[in-house]
Amino acid sequence: MRISRMAAVAASAALAVSMAACGDSGGDGSGSENPDVATPSFEAGTTMAELSEAGTMTVGTKFDQPGFGKQGLDGEPAGFDVEIAKLIAAELGIAADDIEYVEARSAVREELLEQDRVDIVVATYTINDARKERIDFAGPYYVAGQHIMVRADDDSITGPESFEAGDKKVCSAQGSTPAENIKEYLADDGEQLVLFDIYEKCVDALRGGQVDAVTTDNVILLGFIADNEGEFKLAGEQFTDEPYGIGVKKGDDAFRDFINDTLEKIYEDGSYAAAWESTAGEFDDNTPTGPAVDRY
Amino acid sequence: MRVLVEYFDVFVGGFWLTLQLCVLSATGALLIGTFVAILRISPVPPLRWLGGAYVTVLRNVPLTVVMFFSAFGLPALGSNADFLRIPGLSTVFSRLGIDLPYFRFAIIALSVYTGAFVCEAIRSGINAVPPGQAEAARAIGLTFTQNLRYVVLPQAWKAAIVPLGSVIIAMIKNSALAGFFGVVGDLSNSAQNLTSALGEPIIPVFVGISIGFLIMTVPLGLLLDRVEARRAVAR
Repeated sequence: MRISRMAAVAASAALAVSMAACGDSGGDGSGSENPDVATPSFEAGTTMAELSEAGTMTVGTKFDQPGFGKQGLDGEPAGFDVEIAKLIAAELGIAADDIEYVEARSAVREELLEQDRVDIVVATYTINDARKERIDFAGPYYVAGQHIMVRADDDSITGPESFEAGDKKVCSAQGSTPAENIKEYLADDGEQLVLFDIYEKCVDALRGGQVDAVTTDNVILLGFIADNEGEFKLAGEQFTDEPYGIGVKKGDDAFRDFINDTLEKIYEDGSYAAAWESTAGEFDDNTPTGPAVDRY
Repeated sequence: MRVLVEYFDVFVGGFWLTLQLCVLSATGALLIGTFVAILRISPVPPLRWLGGAYVTVLRNVPLTVVMFFSAFGLPALGSNADFLRIPGLSTVFSRLGIDLPYFRFAIIALSVYTGAFVCEAIRSGINAVPPGQAEAARAIGLTFTQNLRYVVLPQAWKAAIVPLGSVIIAMIKNSALAGFFGVVGDLSNSAQNLTSALGEPIIPVFVGISIGFLIMTVPLGLLLDRVEARRAVAR
């Protein structure tokens, strides 16, 4: 009796899972056609020639960042970073289906490149000098920054200056750089600032009306806007700059130049804008024009 | 230890806010606890059951959960705890009257949780009063309320004061949790901010925070020792 009851529970659970999977499979696709694959030729011995020859490449990306790189139910990540990787692969003559994705958590991105476990890292990867000591960056291909999220029906906040009057309340994460940044704009920390350990609690406080805004990197906020459709929106412009680059192995300048050329090409031919609009752009109308690449 | 000097104002501010939180929560807990204790010894069975249920639930739920219900459950029910914005009180305790409700939510959680322990401490004090006292009071015609007010509670307080002190000391230490539920600028939140956002070393910061708590708890403990010593003389 007990066994059959457990079997019934297991069966109904499996059914529920598979039905959920069916229900969602239409919604989380990358949303864009895979780019046309080029048939290029490269100088022998370069990374490009090796990858092109092999017909496959390994890309490190985020698996948990909505809009940029988030793993779908099929196991493949989807988002803006993934689309950029596909466009680079296409220039190398590699079909989108032949890209292998590896999860690149923030803490291990340098190691992945140093240990040759990935060929490139496209993972909301902010360019900075400390990281340039260990790896090289192509790009930037996108400039993220701190932004403010408000309830969709609230037009009273237009930027960080809106907090100077002292009547608007804002939430961020404890001990985070965005929390320190916003303090400069507050009239009184104690009356205007709420800090929680995770942003989900801030989102809850925003929904409940205890705070008027949540502030952190726009990419994280876009994720929340995506997950709670129609409830929230971004207010004003981003007020700090976090340039995202594409990580390559230290010293591979030819490959870095090739990626920079590719970025400039996709800025020109519109595939960059299309990649944005089909992914993160669904929640942010400000389609980036493609920041100038930095050939250091 | 340089951090203790450099951020002295942060530590003092954190101490002051935590002290405010503790004074208000202790007051709330004593009021709630006394009330529930009276429910638990009342002659009306449903009131006794109500008091028993209150203690059973709140004494056995982790404080984090109570904090969570207070900070996220009350807003969901549409309350920002505005009844705590008491006009005279909020001029002294400025955080009480502001628009951000998390200080009030923390007071509610700490009071409600600690109230269950206060109730049991008071009840143990009441049980220490010889039954003859209450019987005699009833025999001369005092009502239940008069009996409590003039005969039982004054004696019960004496026996309950030491366990009550321990409960309040525990509450002061528990107040460190408030910094994780939206209260900005108390001792624990200041520690978090100094170590992770400003990159200060953890050990000196936590030494500073510990000193802040000790300044509140040690004198309270000494006071209790004195009270106990006096009572011993009186007996």
